[in-house]
Amino acid sequence: MRTFLILTVSGITNGFVYAIVALALVMIWRATRVINYAQGAMGMFTTYIALYVISHGFTYWLAFVIALGSGLVLGAVVERVLVRPVEARPPLNVVILSLGLLILLEALAPMLFGGQIRSFPAPLSRVDLKVGSTQLYISPFDIFTVGAVLAVMALLVVFFQRTDIGLRMRAAAFNPEVARLLGIRVGRMLTLGWGLAALLGALAGLLISPAIFLYPTNMDEVLVFGFTGAILGGLESPAGAVVGALVIGLVLSYVGGYLGSELETMGGFLILIAVLMVRPQGLFAFGSRRQA
Amino acid sequence: MRSALARRVAFFVGLAALLVIVTYQVDAFTNYNIAGIAIFATAAAGLTVLTGINGQLSLGHGALMAVGAYTTSLLLKQRPDLPLILTLVTAIVTTGAAGAVVGAAAARLRGPYLAGATLALAVAVPQIPIHFANIFGGNQGLSVPPPIPPKALGSNFPNERWLAWIALAAALLTLFLLANLVRSSTGRKLRAVYDNEVAAQLAGMDVARTQVLAFVISAACAGLAGALFAYWVGITAPTGFTLALSLQLLSAIVIGGLGSLFGAVLGAYVVVYIPVFTSTVATNLNLSTDIANNLPLAIYGVVLIVAMLAFPSGIQGGLATAGRWSLQRFPVLRFARQRLTGPESITHATK
Repeated sequence: MRTFLILTVSGITNGFVYAIVALALVMIWRATRVINYAQGAMGMFTTYIALYVISHGFTYWLAFVIALGSGLVLGAVVERVLVRPVEARPPLNVVILSLGLLILLEALAPMLFGGQIRSFPAPLSRVDLKVGSTQLYISPFDIFTVGAVLAVMALLVVFFQRTDIGLRMRAAAFNPEVARLLGIRVGRMLTLGWGLAALLGALAGLLISPAIFLYPTNMDEVLVFGFTGAILGGLESPAGAVVGALVIGLVLSYVGGYLGSELETMGGFLILIAVLMVRPQGLFAFGSRRQA
Repeated sequence: MRSALARRVAFFVGLAALLVIVTYQVDAFTNYNIAGIAIFATAAAGLTVLTGINGQLSLGHGALMAVGAYTTSLLLKQRPDLPLILTLVTAIVTTGAAGAVVGAAAARLRGPYLAGATLALAVAVPQIPIHFANIFGGNQGLSVPPPIPPKALGSNFPNERWLAWIALAAALLTLFLLANLVRSSTGRKLRAVYDNEVAAQLAGMDVARTQVLAFVISAACAGLAGALFAYWVGITAPTGFTLALSLQLLSAIVIGGLGSLFGAVLGAYVVVYIPVFTSTVATNLNLSTDIANNLPLAIYGVVLIVAMLAFPSGIQGGLATAGRWSLQRFPVLRFARQRLTGPESITHATK
């Protein structure tokens, strides 16, 4: 029972991090019909930037903000400089391009910041809380992780539902031609969308790295799990992506805890294949079969 | 058609003879690299058929190479005296079967879904040997004895040259078979499915079957390459089969030019020689090991990006453009080409 509780809590916590990655993927997918395979690597890179800032004597929170900001800039630059020119070409080209970016970032990080595995600090204690004599299986940092993700989700909802620019971004993603006729600068909206998605990826990197350590490929698995969550949710729906990612987080936590942590990635792969075979439109989406 | 086949046989036999002479002229290190090029060319040629010709992007070919390598290593662990040909064939069959399973799933997936699923495979497979360490040797891996040259070649025949011969034989045979395949009716089906799936379906082709077939062929090549890779490296460990290996193979076929077997060979050459080149540069410039070790990866990344931005048809495409230009400018070349290859050789336009 104790093991089960520990695994459940860590599964939900990890699930929230995967949810952030899934949201980032869905955001870009809806706007540009591209899966950004470099999403995880970009988050890894901005986490290295945060560590660099911290190691020069600045506070965690400054590093946190700088990492998010550099994510925003990195995403926007990638869209404007790399993705825009190949948008009109066959989809395979953008996929290969994002893989090129993935491998480039994973090579640049050790070249700039050193290749050894690094520990990454958490702003709050990672020791589980105790209320009186009752042992809880959740640490302050776990609460912070879940809280940060929920806060970001709430901000995104407000941004897309209540603000003028959010409405324009939705219009640009929904129907670029009509949006352009209505005077929306679709290109700028795409740049902003990629920037926001990369900001989410940066947050994921900051939240997961204390647990899994920081090294160039540390986000590969996180990307795969976030992708699986997004697929589970149907790739079109942000809410579905979040639910899907939480399910993945829980299932993989049980797989890792009861069967062995090395089997988590295989578990993720098998879930992904099973979903794509049985219900390719995702568990929460309704619509035509995928032929993208 | 028969004469085209005869010409192709003659070409490959001539090339084999030439390469054998080359292996006598160069030093052991170059022979070792020749073996590496042949191994990567085998895997890249298989990936070319799948991705460049059939349009299915696989990021999981590193994982398929792992299947071939571990098959060979496990066989040799049980029976170190097993003849080489037997381990290679077993690796081909095992990996081909694995490819059939993956291919059956892949045939139902398109674009980003296929890429994502094969990416998940590439990330998942290296963890399996770590979990089942008692079988696969865990992180340390399994050691593979080097292939011993037969006595008939003399007592001081170098191991590297023998390995180069084996790898070259495998690569040339693979390339010969694939070159025939892509020009056969099956090859046209593979292309038709990529060019226009609906049209291929309307023309009576079984699209899913064609796609599974492409995956099996491609996986068999990866299995052969993986088995040779095990001999080449001398140790089969999870670190040899990371996502980076899959992306290296992808780089090879993109550098050479998607859809061209000749391009796959060029790409394999580049992929093997970039690390050699960068380590020389790193030694000369006194770069730190962190930089030296990651420079090749950085170059692959830049090359993939630049290729997609500027040269989607790769080296081979560039050469083909230059070739067409010179054929137009110099009619005598056109005449010579017709005499050499006959009118039926049409190169597939790169998408």
